[in-house]
Amino acid sequence: MEKKNQPQIKHEINRREFLKVLGTGSAVTTAALYGCKTGNTVSAEGGMIGEVPAGQMTYRVNPHTGDKVSLLGFGCMRWPLRKNADGREEVDQEAVNQLVDYAIEHGVNYFDTAPVYVQGWSETATGIALKRHPREKFFIATKASNHRQGTRSLQEGIEMYRKSMRELQVDYIDYYLLHSVGSSVPDFNARFIDNGLLEFLKEERKAGRIRNLGWSFHGIQEVFDHVLNMDIQWDFCQIQLNYQDWRHADPRRNVNAEYLYAELSKKNVPAVIMEPLLGGRLSRVPQQALTLMKRVHPEQSAASWAFRYAGTPENILTVLSGMVYMEHLQENLRTYSPLVPITEQENSLLEQVTQILVNADYIQCTECQYCMPCPYGLNIPAVFSHYNRCVSAGRLLKSSRDENYRQARREFLIGYDRSVPKLRQADRCIGCDVCRPRCPQRINIPQEMRRVDLYAEQLKQQSDF
Amino acid sequence: MLKKIRVVIAGLFFLLITLLFLDFTGSVHVWFGWIAKIQLIPAVLAVNAVILAALVLATLLFGRIYCSVICPLGVFQDLVSRISSRRKGKKNRFSYSPAKSLLRYGILGLFIVSLVAGLSTVVSLLDPYAAYGRMAANFLAPLYRWGNNLLALLAEQIDSYAFYSTEVLVKGWLTFGIALVTLIVTVILAWKHGRSYCNTICPVGTFLGFLSRFSLFRIVIDVNKCTQCKACERGCKSSCIEAHSFSVDHSRCVACFNCIGKCKFGALKYTGARAVKKAAGEAEPPGLSRRNLLSLLGLLAVSATVKAQQLQVDGGLAAIEDKKVPDRKTPIMPPGCESAQHMKQHCTACQLCVSACPNHILVPSRKFSVFMQPEISYERGYCRPECVECSQVCPAGAIRPITPADKSAISIGQAIWIPDNCVVNRDGLPCDSCQRHCPTGAITLIERDPDHPKLKIPVVDKELCIGCGACENLCPARPFSAIYVEGNVRHHSI
Repeated sequence: MEKKNQPQIKHEINRREFLKVLGTGSAVTTAALYGCKTGNTVSAEGGMIGEVPAGQMTYRVNPHTGDKVSLLGFGCMRWPLRKNADGREEVDQEAVNQLVDYAIEHGVNYFDTAPVYVQGWSETATGIALKRHPREKFFIATKASNHRQGTRSLQEGIEMYRKSMRELQVDYIDYYLLHSVGSSVPDFNARFIDNGLLEFLKEERKAGRIRNLGWSFHGIQEVFDHVLNMDIQWDFCQIQLNYQDWRHADPRRNVNAEYLYAELSKKNVPAVIMEPLLGGRLSRVPQQALTLMKRVHPEQSAASWAFRYAGTPENILTVLSGMVYMEHLQENLRTYSPLVPITEQENSLLEQVTQILVNADYIQCTECQYCMPCPYGLNIPAVFSHYNRCVSAGRLLKSSRDENYRQARREFLIGYDRSVPKLRQADRCIGCDVCRPRCPQRINIPQEMRRVDLYAEQLKQQSDF
Repeated sequence: MLKKIRVVIAGLFFLLITLLFLDFTGSVHVWFGWIAKIQLIPAVLAVNAVILAALVLATLLFGRIYCSVICPLGVFQDLVSRISSRRKGKKNRFSYSPAKSLLRYGILGLFIVSLVAGLSTVVSLLDPYAAYGRMAANFLAPLYRWGNNLLALLAEQIDSYAFYSTEVLVKGWLTFGIALVTLIVTVILAWKHGRSYCNTICPVGTFLGFLSRFSLFRIVIDVNKCTQCKACERGCKSSCIEAHSFSVDHSRCVACFNCIGKCKFGALKYTGARAVKKAAGEAEPPGLSRRNLLSLLGLLAVSATVKAQQLQVDGGLAAIEDKKVPDRKTPIMPPGCESAQHMKQHCTACQLCVSACPNHILVPSRKFSVFMQPEISYERGYCRPECVECSQVCPAGAIRPITPADKSAISIGQAIWIPDNCVVNRDGLPCDSCQRHCPTGAITLIERDPDHPKLKIPVVDKELCIGCGACENLCPARPFSAIYVEGNVRHHSI
């Protein structure tokens, strides 16, 4: 009982706090939002959206080290890939360099990677791209991903840390994280306490090779509370925050961002934000929700609302976005150069949007790829992504008697084959559960696969439902 | 005028029947499936008396218009011949040649014997419709699908769902080879000698030619108008006009009406036989008489009856071999065809079902006795519950029309589990794929051993299994599935 009540009390306090933060900017908002159009007389589209502003990025100051961190952080978990001459996949290094150069030019200075990202290639690619810039121009964040290792020995933990430095071609790491903490306290202890890895990392911080020590959180509140209240000064903490997760995080999988943020603020631990778009779902909101947003700001995308929301609270150091396309980078740069905080009215509109979202049939996948590779060849995120896109487009049929049945059926089935090869679709899932422990969103992947497969089967067989 | 009508109708038939082999959406069959069903050999195999009678009657009335209009191989040869005659100096490249009766009737005899004896390979090799079908399915269908896939790619670019991509596969290399040989032979013959294939090899041509001797309407040369210029003879792709004797071999004339236009003096007419007799004073054609004709028709009827009887007497439930190796002892036949025996007797191996199957499970057989006839293999898909495409398209009655409801109760095979291949045993992981996808609930999972309550193995209820192959196709074990389907010699309902 007590535990259940707790968040509610805090929720009241935090709501007030959040609104206080919001209160500042409502007057400036409109002017700033239209700012990029000022003086523009060109009617062509390129002219309409204007130049990407340089030198106007919003920065936040890390209270521990005084780092001036750009509010837009570059998530390096989705680097663009290409096929090499042998037909095998590899990182498209030129594209990475181009993105990194452009980001740095426009004020981004925080780059977040991990040894396990992009099939293990992320650190190398990020290192190559960043090596071409002066070391003091950027902060690098990487992680102790020992949850994906066979053993959890100190030796392997240290080796991973050293390897990160080598791959990134740096002799110190600005932000080092204990990766994906949250499944259980014993698991946390096994990974970092019992083997002495945390002690080692604290020594490294003392020696200056780790400038900030923190952890990324996915999981249950008990573990969050335990780790936050340990006898150690955490320099930062990475949490999942967006307007849906603020108060509507799935209790089986995650903790409301409102609670996490408040706890961190109390301890003066700055927050690094991940999943500001919920794996892209907040950029592809259902039509009904988009209409609400467009009525207020016709020229603003759903994604920019989400970024403004995630960047508004003051204790947030940076908001990570895994940008694969230049257009995404440019749009995010515009949103944060400078940040126009979410106003109270806008916030209440986003609450309406959230209501639409949580009542939709989304599978809570953020396409982080942690579950991959599936030993039986499924493309799990692609299957979920296709399903979610149909939810976003309002094309998920409730019944076979729906008015748009024929068209929605065709779109789902053809689109399914287009986005996922037949042998990698949901019907191939054997329910072996290998993927389940890997999902940071705690999705019951086999069960959701069945849901998608059942839906696809109903459409293929044209059966009544 | 007659020629123009012939060309237009033949072009339409040819286009539509080709489309039957190209279409993979199932929509063309709904409207034009009958074009395959009025083909002669399929109608014989389907024991379709109405169509047979209609074709015989049409030939007795108008001559071999079947060969000119309905038969796709005939029209295809006309096309080749026409291109050949576009060459310089080759416009009128034909000349009369005597009929090769021994060869013609020899092949027809062989064909009828094969038909009665059930030597289906010979039947399907000689059937002109099937020969064309194999060419269309093997050469044109891939091009058509590539074209479609290109459109699908473009459609995807603009977020349109008007086209979707499909697999381009060669279903069987042997059949592909046969089709290639057929293509080469027919193209060479048509290029050089017009309709010589139809008048020497094709058993349908010989049979209809035999009838068309007695046809009511036919081409006649008016002796009074003819100047013996030989324009008609040199323009006759059937090489059946002998100008100096004013005679036309009506058994070889395919009623193309080309000669009528060639004659500058209006000496050729397509007219009633009585008029012919009056005009030319011609006696009844030598050789085979009307009596012979009737006996030949009788033979055909007998052969059809023999087949019908065999169908009924053939019986006995299949013994299902329980083998670990996944090569099948009994081929799997599509639902609606009742048994492998039935397939063997009725199929003309035209590949229409093979190209129509959206799940890519029908492939031409490589076994000699049922060469190129379809059988099922579950590597690329399985027999999906909503699909009865093959049964709808089959023109020869080898696969009888069924509904999805019928199909859900027709057992075409039995699933057999191979413990050594199963991922539960091999990888030590739980798997419920076969159980979950079984449309009839024939598979249940039981605990493998008490120490591992999560590891469950499948058991198949043979009373419920319909052999659709969902378990085999979706089984994660590779390269050999841990559960595979063994065909039923005779289909039965569950």
